[in-house]
Parts: sequence; C-alpha cells; structure tokens
Amino acid sequence: MSRRTIEIALVVVGLALCTLAYLGKKNVQGWHSGFEFSPTTSQIVIGLIGLSLVWILVRTLQDKAVGRRTVFLYVGIAIALPLFMSIDQDIVISENTRHVYESLGELPPGSKVLVSFDYDPASSPELQPMAEAFLAECFRRDLKVIMVALWAPGAIQANIALDTVRARLGLDTTELVYGEDYCNLGYQAGREFVIQRMGTSFEAMFGTDVRGTPYRQIPLVRNVRNFSDINYAFNISAGFPGTVEWVQVAVSRFGLKLGAGNTAVQAPQVYPYLRAGQLQGLLAGINGAAEFEKLIGLKAVATTYMLAQTFAHLIVIAFIIIGNIAYFRGERETKLRGRTQ
Amino acid sequence: MRRTVPLLITGIVGVVFVVSYFIPHKPFSNLNDWFSDWFSIVAACAIVLGSLNLILISSQKVARRKEDWGYAVVIIVCFLITVIAGIAGGRGYQNTGTAFEWLYRYLYVSLSSTMYAILAFYVASASYRAFRARNIEATMLLVAAFLVMLGRVPIGDVITQFLPEGARISDFQQWIMDFPQTAGQRAIMIGIALGLTSTSLRVILGIERSHLGGGD
Amino acid sequence: MTDRYRPLLTPPVALFLFALAISPATFAQNPEPNPSDSALISAVGSSLMTGPRPAVILSGGDRDNDDGGEIRLTWQLSPDDIKGGIVTGYKVLKASEPGGPFVEVGDMAPGTSQLEGGETDDGRPYYFKVITLSMVPSGNGALVEVSSESEIYGPIVSSAQWFHMGRLNVFVGSVLVVFLILFMIRKARSGRELYVRKIAGLDAVDEAIGRATEMGKKVIYVPGIDDMDNVMTIASMIILGYVAEMTATYDTYLEVPVSKSMVMVTAKEVVKEAYTKVGRADSYKMDQVHYLTDDQFGYAAAIDGIVVREKPATMFYIGSFFAESLILAEIGNAAGAIQIAGTAQPTQLPFFVTACDYTLLGEEMFAASAYLSKEPRLLGSLKGQDYVKAVILVLVVIGIILETFGVWDFSRLFTVV
Repeated sequence: MSRRTIEIALVVVGLALCTLAYLGKKNVQGWHSGFEFSPTTSQIVIGLIGLSLVWILVRTLQDKAVGRRTVFLYVGIAIALPLFMSIDQDIVISENTRHVYESLGELPPGSKVLVSFDYDPASSPELQPMAEAFLAECFRRDLKVIMVALWAPGAIQANIALDTVRARLGLDTTELVYGEDYCNLGYQAGREFVIQRMGTSFEAMFGTDVRGTPYRQIPLVRNVRNFSDINYAFNISAGFPGTVEWVQVAVSRFGLKLGAGNTAVQAPQVYPYLRAGQLQGLLAGINGAAEFEKLIGLKAVATTYMLAQTFAHLIVIAFIIIGNIAYFRGERETKLRGRTQ
Repeated sequence: MRRTVPLLITGIVGVVFVVSYFIPHKPFSNLNDWFSDWFSIVAACAIVLGSLNLILISSQKVARRKEDWGYAVVIIVCFLITVIAGIAGGRGYQNTGTAFEWLYRYLYVSLSSTMYAILAFYVASASYRAFRARNIEATMLLVAAFLVMLGRVPIGDVITQFLPEGARISDFQQWIMDFPQTAGQRAIMIGIALGLTSTSLRVILGIERSHLGGGD
Repeated sequence: MTDRYRPLLTPPVALFLFALAISPATFAQNPEPNPSDSALISAVGSSLMTGPRPAVILSGGDRDNDDGGEIRLTWQLSPDDIKGGIVTGYKVLKASEPGGPFVEVGDMAPGTSQLEGGETDDGRPYYFKVITLSMVPSGNGALVEVSSESEIYGPIVSSAQWFHMGRLNVFVGSVLVVFLILFMIRKARSGRELYVRKIAGLDAVDEAIGRATEMGKKVIYVPGIDDMDNVMTIASMIILGYVAEMTATYDTYLEVPVSKSMVMVTAKEVVKEAYTKVGRADSYKMDQVHYLTDDQFGYAAAIDGIVVREKPATMFYIGSFFAESLILAEIGNAAGAIQIAGTAQPTQLPFFVTACDYTLLGEEMFAASAYLSKEPRLLGSLKGQDYVKAVILVLVVIGIILETFGVWDFSRLFTVV
C-alpha cells in the first residue's frame, strides 16, 4: 500500500469515528437518544487507557520511544471518550471566580452590565459556556445587559449565547424584552480605540445596534452616554483587543468596574491586574466557566467538558513523565558509553 | 517626500495622543477622538485592499495554472459566496436565520474550532518532546507545571483529599498562579513596556524609520 | 408622579408580591423581625400611600479633570433604597432655571449615589433634581411605578481643565523616561562606544538564511496577526528589512504571508526597499508579500498549508502572536525548518521557546533594529531604556521595604486615575 493510500484510509477511518461520536451524542429524530457509558463501563475504559500507558512506558524503557502520532491519538481519546461518561467531579471554586459572582450579587436589580464579546468561534468552546452562564445569571438577577463586540464575530457569538440562554431558561419574548432588558450593539472596528472612544461616547462608536435600530431609539441605552453610566462590565476575551486593553483604557482611564473571562492560555497575563485590584474577578478557561456554573447552580456544558479537561491533563502529565524517563535513560547510556570509551 | 509625510503623520498623531492623556481640554480631547475615528475608518477600508490582493494573486495563480492552483479556485469561490451572502442579508446580515449567519454558524464556527482544537494535540506533543528535567531550573518548572495541571482539575484535590483544607494541590496551584507566576509576568511586562515605550518614542521622533522601508 | 406599567411582572406575580407584602402572615412568621426586614416592611407600607422617601442632594460641582460639558452630583440614597427594598432606580433631571422645564440626563440603578455627566454647556448655570423611582402594587394587581423628588440643587457650572491633575505622577515619570532616553541618544551620537549584550536569536538570523541558501529552499517570514498600530508589528517590519536584505544578497526566495492589509502594504515597501538597497531590485516579485486573511486561524491554516506543501528551510515568526503560535511552530518543526521566533506576548513565549530553535524574548525584539544596525542613535535609546529600568528597580525595592514596614504613602504616589 502506498503512503497516500494509507493516509486516505486513515482519514476515512477518522471521519467514520467522528460521525459515530457525533451521532452517539445526538438525539437523531427519535432513532436513539445518545449513548452514555455506565459508571462501570467508564471505569473499565479508564483502566484500559491506564494499562496501555503502562505498556507505552515499558516500550520506552525498551528504547522504543513513541512518535508524535501516538501522542495525538491518546489526546484524541482523552478528549472524546469522557464526553460519553457519566462521572461526577467535585469542582473546587476559586477566589477569582467567586469575585465575579459576588460582583454580580452586589448589583441591585436594574443595574446596567456591559458585556464585551471579544472572541471568535475558534475559542468559543472555551468561552461560549462562560458567556452563557454569565448572561443567565444576569437575567436571573434582573440586570440589564448591553452587549458589544470588538472582534467581528463577537456580535454573532453574543446572539448565539442569547439563543442558548433563552432556550435553557425558557424565557419567551414577553418575559425578556429586547431593547429594555438587553440589547446587542454589535461589532465596531478600531480595537482599543473603540474602548477609548466609548469613554466619552458610546453612541459615537455604536450608532445603531445589530438590528439597525438607532442608538437613541433603544430604551436601555438612551441614557447611557459613557462608562460612568455602566455599573459593571464583563469582558470575555481570547486575545487582542481584550482584557488587557479594557483594563488599560476603560479601568485605568475611566474607572470602569470590570470582571473578565479569558481562555486558559491568556489568563496568566491578567493576573497582575487582579492582584492590583484593577479586575473584579476572573473566569479562567473552561475551569472558570465550570466553577461559575456550579456557583449559579447550573449544570451545563462547561461542567460536562471538565471531565475531558481532567483526562487531557492526565494524559499530558503521563507523556511528560514517559518523555523524561526516555531522556534520563538516554543520558545514562551516553554517560556509560563515554566511560567505556 | 514618500517618507517625510508618513513621518510627519506618525509624529503629529503620536504627540497628540500623548498630550491628550495629560490635557483634557479641547482641542486635544477632540483631536484624540478624531484620530481614533480615522483609525477605525482606515482600518475598515484597508480590508478591501487586502481582499483585492487575495483575489488578484489567487486569480493569477489560476490563470497561469501555477502549482496547487486548485486551492486558489476554492479561495475565490468561498470568498464570493461569503461576500454575496453578506450583502444579500442587508443591514441585519448577522441576525439569526440569514444566509450569512448560516454560513457562520455551520461552517466558520466548525472550521475555526477545529483549528483551535488542534492546539490540544500540539501542546501535548510539544510538552512530550521538550519538557525535560535537564537541570535544577527545568526541574522546578516541571514540578510547577505538574502542580498547576493537577490543581486546575478536580482530580488534583481528590488525590490530596487526605491533606487538610488549604494544603491541597488546588491551593498550591493557586499560590503558584498568584505569586511566582504573577511576579514573573510583572517582570516581563515591565521589560516589554519599556521596550514598547522606547520603540514608540523612536518612531514618534522619527529616529526609527526602518518600518517605512529602510534608511533615510 | 409617574405611572408606568411593566409587562415583566404579570398580574399573578404582582398579586402574589402584593399579598406577601401586606399579609398578616408575613409579620406573624417573624414576631421579631430583624432591622432590614422591618425597614423593608415599612418601606413597602409607606410607599403604598406616598411613594418612596426622596433622595437628598449632598453636593454638586464641576467634574474634575475633564474637557467640559459635565458636572458631578452626589446624593444621599433614599432611606427606602435598601437591599430587597422597593426603590427601582433614580433619574436625574436638569434645567436652566430653578422653575424648569427639567429634562432627564441620567437613569441610574438603585444604590447609585453619584452622577458624572449632565450634558451641560460650559459657563452656563444649571439646576438639578433627583427622582427616586419605585414599584408598588396598584388596585388591579399590576405594579405601578411611583416616584418622589429631591430638593432642587444649583446652580452648577461646568468647565474644562487644562491639566489632568490625577495624572501628574505619570507626567513626571514620562518626562523622566523621555529625558533619559534622549540624553543617552545624544551621548551615543557623540561617538561613545556602547555595549550591547549578545542576543542569540538575532545572531542566528544570518545562519538561518545561509541554511536556506545552501538547501535552495525558501524563507518564510510571518509578521504576526496584529496591525500596524501595534509596536510589535513595527518591530517586526524592522527585522523584516534586515532579513529581506540578506535574502536578496544571497538570492534566496523570501515569502511574507500577512494577515492585515496595512501590514501588507508596509511589508511590500520594506522588502522592495531592501532589495533595491542591495542592488537586486529586479529580483523582487510582487507576490512575495501577499495577504491571506484577517482571520486568526484561517491565517494559521493557510501558512500551515504552505509549509506542508513547500517545506521551507527557514521560518521566522516575529511580531504579535496568540493561540496560533504553537500551531505554526509545531508544523514548522515537523517540516524540519530552522525556526526563529520573537514576540512580546508573554503568554506565547513558552510555546515558541518549546518549539523553535531561537526565540527573541519580549524586549529583545524591540532591541533588534539597534542590535542589527549598530546605529548610535538607536543604541543610545536602548541604553536609555536600561537606565529607566534601573530607576524602576530602585523604586520597586524602596516600595517593598516601606510596605513591609507598613508605610503605604510611597506606593500611593504611583496610583494612576
């Protein structure tokens, strides 16, 4: 078999597995309601993965180091299989997550909350659950939500989050009124300059909302001129412009009270701002979202994803250990060879 | 002339931004807003420039039947479909139910998420390849990484639940993030901020001109 | 008094709230209600007759450190504005005369006791009053909005300031930084030799391009995903100029795929100038610098495609990068390219260090133009930057010592508003 044939065969097998996994999680027109492993099956699967890792370790000790494709395969398994498992984990709530929750708790009903959706679909698996949980809590507390986006896809991400929240909370149009309880002002190009301009005038940057309604005709924002009319802001960010820019411009220059939700990779960058009191809480990655879900008593996607996160971390740790064993073995052999020479 | 005008614009805009930070009075506050608006306008217009370049180069590739010209056809077709779907949607092209939103939700979201998901595989393979306890510093880094990775997921506390509260892995993880990590971040940030300040100053004063295409 | 029906509270909900508020059972269940409960009960009870008790304006004046057109008004919250109480918000009204007519200039949530704004004309006196709003049940069960007014406060006159006093410390610091950098530039121009430590990543540029020349393969330069307003991209363009000169000299093909249109225009100019400078203007091709997409991962995918298909010998990743950094660097690594990266994004540095052969860490990237050109003015600015860093270190140490002994005033000098 030629290399190309093997590659095509692998792609076909991969696609078939993905389709199976997709159908397994989906309720297909009453055909079946999705697969889920029983706790016993889950434990057997975990045991098998553990045993195979031990086998890899033994192979490594026999100087047969695994290639990157094997690592890829294990990561794929570690992320995909937990989605079919029903193991409950006790999520520990961090102080940073608690601060976001408490900040919302301090706001009286009717307060205006600005939410900036500064991310794209790529980081949505990590940030969208955060956005949904945050919006759900705002609506539950009767806070008025003004949504903006400094990333072009952010405006649609906001709409998708709203659709999910409304479906989950069962709020129909008579209960949650667009323009009065929430509004989506959409995307504005210009990155951190938009934040700076919002410091003097929201209307200058967002002349209309995503529906094309002029700013002055939206009851919720009619009297919102700049940041001084906002009680709390929450920035969900995957990069630039994001939390750092919101802190540097909106918090430092205009005194906005800000909380943030970041991807796990980006979170360490905003820790100095947390310690300096410039950020009122942080939801870091999917963990942060799961912690927030636990605080608000909502068991949604982030909580489900946490099992996959646990598995992925364990697999990475296992491979680092295996890699180090291989390294030390190699070092020892080099030294021995040096001595014999 | 080709360099003098950009240098002048850079200098004037840079000085206005710096001065307006300290002087809130008009005209500086207005100029600040005015330049910000202009940046938004230029940034929006520049997207057209980039799109034209993409189409031009892809069309040339197809016309000259260059290597892998099939990909260029895919680019042109996808570009046109997206643009047409966006224009057809009018002002509310981002609203739920429009063709553009459909493309976004069912194609773009999936493709982008897939690219981002690849990171999980690369992080694992890069860690496997490069994370070695070569010396004391690397070993400390490795131990810290283990603590953070375990402490960020519930299993960390399950393993150490025999320890009293406040001494479990999640607490160590939080301590690493709050103190050593934050201290390191601050040091890097101060260094970078100074580098940024120095470079900005050179650009504003016209000492640095390599970004405009070389020397004097 | 303003009447406004809110559809949010449907009649059954409102009836339930009303019943709960006035039911004897509510009182009977708590024979000794705590202070907040009794306040709530009295607030609800009193509002049924007269609306909430009004807010009291405490002070008002021109807003500090602004460009005019705004005032600051502070009031004491209504006694009925308590957690779980009946107050639903405040409205601030302004007028040119004490007798009105008044227009609304602010709409605030309960618990808010200050307005900064007011949309005033500078130099003109204005009068203000605060309306306290609350919701009470009406006879038919729906909630009705009732309100009470504060005393009229004024006149208040707004004006613009010529200096932001809250930023005096930043001003002093900035002047010091600029002075030190300019002083060192001047010193360097006088011909004094300045030492710059070795930067391995920049020294490796020649070697990396040499390798590509030997292998007869191309060099790919990725200038990050940010636009020209980011100093990292400007620094990247500076290094691109040097790389382009080298590739032109060795007649090695250089490809620069970009993600922002303005970067494309600049990079074209930089590469073209570099080719002209070494007398190889004829070797420059229009499509060497080309735009791919503004989308972060679309850009990463496109570059990955180029790398997998064309297997370049050398990859440069210099500029501002985010999550795509590892995707790019791992693919380059798998393709066997020698890789030099540089970024001032702290979160991406670990990925580049792991997957690339050389990495310019943060400020090293900004030092590139001085390091590569050895131009005295640029070296001087680098030296000035070092002196500023020394000053900051001294201040940090002093701050740590003083705060350890409970003296906080020194740190407060650095607070920025």
